Amino acid sequence: MLIAIIKRDLRCVSHDLSGTIQPIGFFLIITSLFPLAVTPDPESLQDIAPGIIWISALLATLLALDTLFKEDFIDGTMDQMFIAASSLYVIALARIISHWLFSGLPLIVMSLVIAMMLHIPAHAIDALIVSLLLGTPTLSMVGSIGAALTVGLRYSGVLLTLITLPLYIPILIFGASCISADLVGLPWTGQAYLMGAMLVLSITLAPFATAAALRVNMS
Amino acid sequence: MTSHYTGSKNHTPTPGQTRSFRIWFHRFGSSSYFYHMASRWGPRAGWLALILMVTGVYMGLFVAPPDYQMGDSYRIIFIHVPSAWMSLSVYVLMAVSSAIGLIWKMKVSFCVSRACAPIGAAFTFCALVTGSLWGKPTWGTYWIWDARLTSELVLLFLYVGYMALDKAIPDRNTASRATAVLALVGLVNIPIIHYSVEWWNTLHQGSTVFRMDGPSIDARMLVPLLITTVAMNLYFVSVLFNRVRCELLDLERRTQWVRKIVNG
Repeated sequence: MLIAIIKRDLRCVSHDLSGTIQPIGFFLIITSLFPLAVTPDPESLQDIAPGIIWISALLATLLALDTLFKEDFIDGTMDQMFIAASSLYVIALARIISHWLFSGLPLIVMSLVIAMMLHIPAHAIDALIVSLLLGTPTLSMVGSIGAALTVGLRYSGVLLTLITLPLYIPILIFGASCISADLVGLPWTGQAYLMGAMLVLSITLAPFATAAALRVNMS
Repeated sequence: MTSHYTGSKNHTPTPGQTRSFRIWFHRFGSSSYFYHMASRWGPRAGWLALILMVTGVYMGLFVAPPDYQMGDSYRIIFIHVPSAWMSLSVYVLMAVSSAIGLIWKMKVSFCVSRACAPIGAAFTFCALVTGSLWGKPTWGTYWIWDARLTSELVLLFLYVGYMALDKAIPDRNTASRATAVLALVGLVNIPIIHYSVEWWNTLHQGSTVFRMDGPSIDARMLVPLLITTVAMNLYFVSVLFNRVRCELLDLERRTQWVRKIVNG
């Protein structure tokens, strides 16, 4: 069932790419606003680059979260899946995985381009990739709770942001400090381990909370 | 509202104390019982809070000696520290009663957690404002991105998110269960947020009351602080009971016992 839902999502995405392309475009635009607003100077940009990348990643993930369950919920697909799988946990987990595959993963690829544009040196790329690889799945996991809580509401964008962003703060802190530490040549494994711990914790707990939130809205 | 009692009838009778405790506990599930209990104890707690608050503030302002470093400006702690403590413990109460509501489906506990949110947000706001007023003479600035300040700010965001979600969902039953899930998620997150912010940046002074080797604060300062803390707790109880009464009257407006109260 898990695989079946992910396959279905893959098919949906291959028919209509806009759901994947829009957050990536958003990511690119937001990051390119910072040099325009702050400074184009390479050295100053390098200092704030970790923060820019992580804040933009947070916002891009949020943008894709709004539709995580909503379309399925409105057209009744969710009910059908619930009847077929009889487990909201599996549905939640599958949707979270495909959310990450179609918004988190492309975002990581795109971050390489953005790293170059923000003058992040080559030696810090590994910290960037590792922090995003550990961090973006956590963002999808935690964000899915907010998406499930607001699934029954028509205009939930701002509300979703309001309830999800405070929960993202630890990931933002460690993600950005992971890259900053590597930029100045400090060890960054500590931050990476903590992000790994948060990922494991969120994998363990978040799908349950998401399933509970979906159940609240489905009854 | 007798449905809450049916669950306990199926259990095999347990001896003495456990059973009487269970009956005592189950009564809180009854809206009318809680309402009458709250109307009796709410005002009493309020008066006691007022008396203790006046005593504590008087002692704090006139009896306690000035600090050797901060002078008289430290006296704001008699409001600031209890508010900060309350802001956290109210959140915990909100989450715990949400969990009780989700597990045992008790309407009263949903009402309690719903009533907690604005009070907790007010305490958080109070702690932030008094902290920033204290920061000006002590640190030389109203706001600094210090760990405790930041996690208090995030706590305010969590309260605001809770209240916004509660407002946004039109169906009362769905709203109370959805916000309950959010409160529990927030409870798991609070320690993570706290420690991540702590490792990120710290300027705030360490704890002087809860320490392994006993409080490092002078007794003449500690006593008024404890008095105002108790006063704040009682004040919270009194306001909470009032809010829960309103919630219950609104929720149960079609039942007999509410009609009896309204018709006098």
